[in-house]
Amino acid sequence: MAIHPPSNRLWWKEPIHGIELAWIVIAFLWGLFMFFFMIAWHFIGQQNLSNETYKIKPEVYAERVEAFAAEFQAVADDGTPLEEDGVPVVRPPVGGDAYILARLWEFWPILELKKGESYRIHLSSADWQHGFSLQPTNINISVHPGYEHIITLTPTESGSFGIVCNEFCGIGHHTMTGRIRIVD
Amino acid sequence: MTTIDQGALNGTRAGTSWRACRFSGLRIESSAEALIKVNAVAAVLFLALGGLMGLMVALTRWPAVQLLPAEWFYLVLTGHGANVLLFWIIFFEIAVLYFASAVILGSRLAAPKIAWFAFLLMVVGAVMANYAVLRGDSTVMFTSYPPMMASQWFYLSLIIFAVGALIAVFVFFATLVVAKNERTYDGSVPLVTFGAITAGIIAVFTLASGAIILIPTWLWSLGLITNIDTLMYKVVWWGMGHSSQQINVSAHVSIWYAIGAMVVGAKPLSEKVSRMAFFMYILFLQLASAHHILAEPGMSSSWKIVNTSYMMYLAVMGSMIHGLTVPGAIEAAQRRNGFTRGAFEWLTKAPWGNPAFAGMFLSLVMFGFIGGISGVVLGTEQLNVLMHNTIYVPGHFHGTVVAGTTLAFMAMTYLVVPLIFQRDILWPGLAKWQPFVFGIGAGGISLFMMGAGTLGVARRHWDMSLTDAAHAYEFPAAAYLMMGLNGISAIMAAVGGVMFIVIVVGSILAGPRLDQPGAKLTFPLHDKSREAVSEYGSHATLKLPGTLILVGIFFACFILYYFVNWKYLSELWLFN
Ligand code: HEM
Ligand SMILES: [Cu+2]
Ligand SMILES: [Cu+2]
Repeated sequence: MAIHPPSNRLWWKEPIHGIELAWIVIAFLWGLFMFFFMIAWHFIGQQNLSNETYKIKPEVYAERVEAFAAEFQAVADDGTPLEEDGVPVVRPPVGGDAYILARLWEFWPILELKKGESYRIHLSSADWQHGFSLQPTNINISVHPGYEHIITLTPTESGSFGIVCNEFCGIGHHTMTGRIRIVD
Repeated sequence: MTTIDQGALNGTRAGTSWRACRFSGLRIESSAEALIKVNAVAAVLFLALGGLMGLMVALTRWPAVQLLPAEWFYLVLTGHGANVLLFWIIFFEIAVLYFASAVILGSRLAAPKIAWFAFLLMVVGAVMANYAVLRGDSTVMFTSYPPMMASQWFYLSLIIFAVGALIAVFVFFATLVVAKNERTYDGSVPLVTFGAITAGIIAVFTLASGAIILIPTWLWSLGLITNIDTLMYKVVWWGMGHSSQQINVSAHVSIWYAIGAMVVGAKPLSEKVSRMAFFMYILFLQLASAHHILAEPGMSSSWKIVNTSYMMYLAVMGSMIHGLTVPGAIEAAQRRNGFTRGAFEWLTKAPWGNPAFAGMFLSLVMFGFIGGISGVVLGTEQLNVLMHNTIYVPGHFHGTVVAGTTLAFMAMTYLVVPLIFQRDILWPGLAKWQPFVFGIGAGGISLFMMGAGTLGVARRHWDMSLTDAAHAYEFPAAAYLMMGLNGISAIMAAVGGVMFIVIVVGSILAGPRLDQPGAKLTFPLHDKSREAVSEYGSHATLKLPGTLILVGIFFACFILYYFVNWKYLSELWLFN
């Protein structure tokens, strides 16, 4: 029994049973397959988290986002700056850099992107760790202060998308949201 | 039982007192017994506290109820994580380690004074942590990611607790040495002890990385260090946080084997295979903290892929092997016991009325199907982005650590109470149902949190309706439904938890005494004389059709669910 010493003192010399051996081989091959599939997805898949990251001081990052928002502020036909819920809407150039600042407790500013175009999205935090959770698309990425993370993002549907913070960031955590608008 | 005879010859040493267990034939030394008792009791008390907090958290996350105000929710959630994941589990594990060394090997406990000191440190740490959390200035979650800072008492309490646990693990190792030197057993250590050794070795690594990360963090909270790198903190913290989960797995797999042996007379199919599977946990798990870092910036993809899998998922393979050999050993034993009809008579006629068996088997099934499969999917580099930090993650680990580990520990308690406390189980009618009530509740919270997470609901989040948020966002109605069902399952799990605590505390205090001559166990251990055949099968003819079918179903579910998630991933926006 499993609570007694092995009845065969030379247990390591016992042959392995056929059923066990077969399962070991299957489990091993499945493990190998899963390992190679992660690598393969970098070639065949189009959803791979970029690891392009730079160290940056949180204040410096915050300034960059402000400058970016001022430069590409979207304006309505009558020339007034576009806002939603009091937050500026920013239209980065197609293929260009776009910045999102996570801070207590909002994702700032609102980006307006074009469907089917790629953008280099910069993500970093001004204070604590936050969680970038794009909904309902369900793309979830951690955001750290001090690290500027750049992902190339290509939206494939249009509409208004929510960003919900999903890393606990203090008492206002459940009020921390943001928005991305995708236009055709 | 050569074990016991030899022990009787060699184990007498001044100052130790012994008794022979009438039911199991084990020789039990009194200080080992006392330390198993106190650690088990402390574990159950922290489970009661932490479980209550879990219920409050779940009822708050039920949007129609939203029991606690936000501030209390985050505070109670911090307390829940610490009390159940650290204190309940680790106190119980120390009891298991002492049981697997001193009791199973028929040895005295090495250095009982030091073991008491370790226990004291752990109690001080655990109580201090609760004090720090309840004061309200340490609402940082048990992961305490910087730069969010808790009070110094919080970090200090965890350090004290970890040091206590580390000392207890060394007492376990010393007991193994004593047993070997005093030759209390013959040949190699039993499989259950081997599994416990695995748990002990991993525990040393784990507690060491815990100290490496918590000591600088504590100094930082005292103002002696100015900056903690947020990314490095996560990498090292999860070196403790993840590996410690492997202690749980090793401990509860050992318990599966132990309960199988004690209740239906299961022998490992092959000692070699089962031991190798334990050994894989040690070899391939140490740095598996990587799968907690998959959605972080700053680590390369190759680092992530290599460290999340070690090329071939050998630790997963270890668990998959136990997933065959544990039910296989039970099937073989039941066939020896005479239940040979069809593929499943061994299972349908198993002692389901014995809560130790029922809890063990439910734990085995739910750990594999819910916790195991979802864990591999979450730990896949790209798939992680689908559910990182959503409530899918707590769904997954309630499948491992609640439906798996906690249920197995509860099942084991139904044997520890009669064998160590020498009290029979009170209210057997209630005890019979307890594993099912708790198990179904725990399975429910796991599945429904996974469901809500798939729909994007965040973890550690007070208000999924985002009422006070700057920008509104509405989760789909199905997500609300899932969180409601989660609340209902939580009530069920809590009822099962209360049943457990009432039965255990009642039995310890007022259960029928078993140290009287003629006393009988309500839930009997395996009776060898009732075996229909003494050997079942041989290496060439052993047939386990029922186990093969179960394993086949498991593997089919695994593959299917794995690819469903890739399909889902392929439909996301493109990013690289
Ligand atoms: C009555 C039983 C239990 C219920 C109803 C329950 C429910 C929950 C819920 C709803 C969450 C919160 C998810 C979130 O908002 O992020 C949670 C978190 C958690 N639970 Fe449980 N739980 C129970 C028992 C346990 C047990 C026995 C363990 C460990 C052995 C455990 C470990 C954890 C951990 C580690 C967390 C994460 C805390 C954090 O995010 O910091 N739970 N539980
Ligand atoms: Cu946040
Ligand atoms: Cu947050």
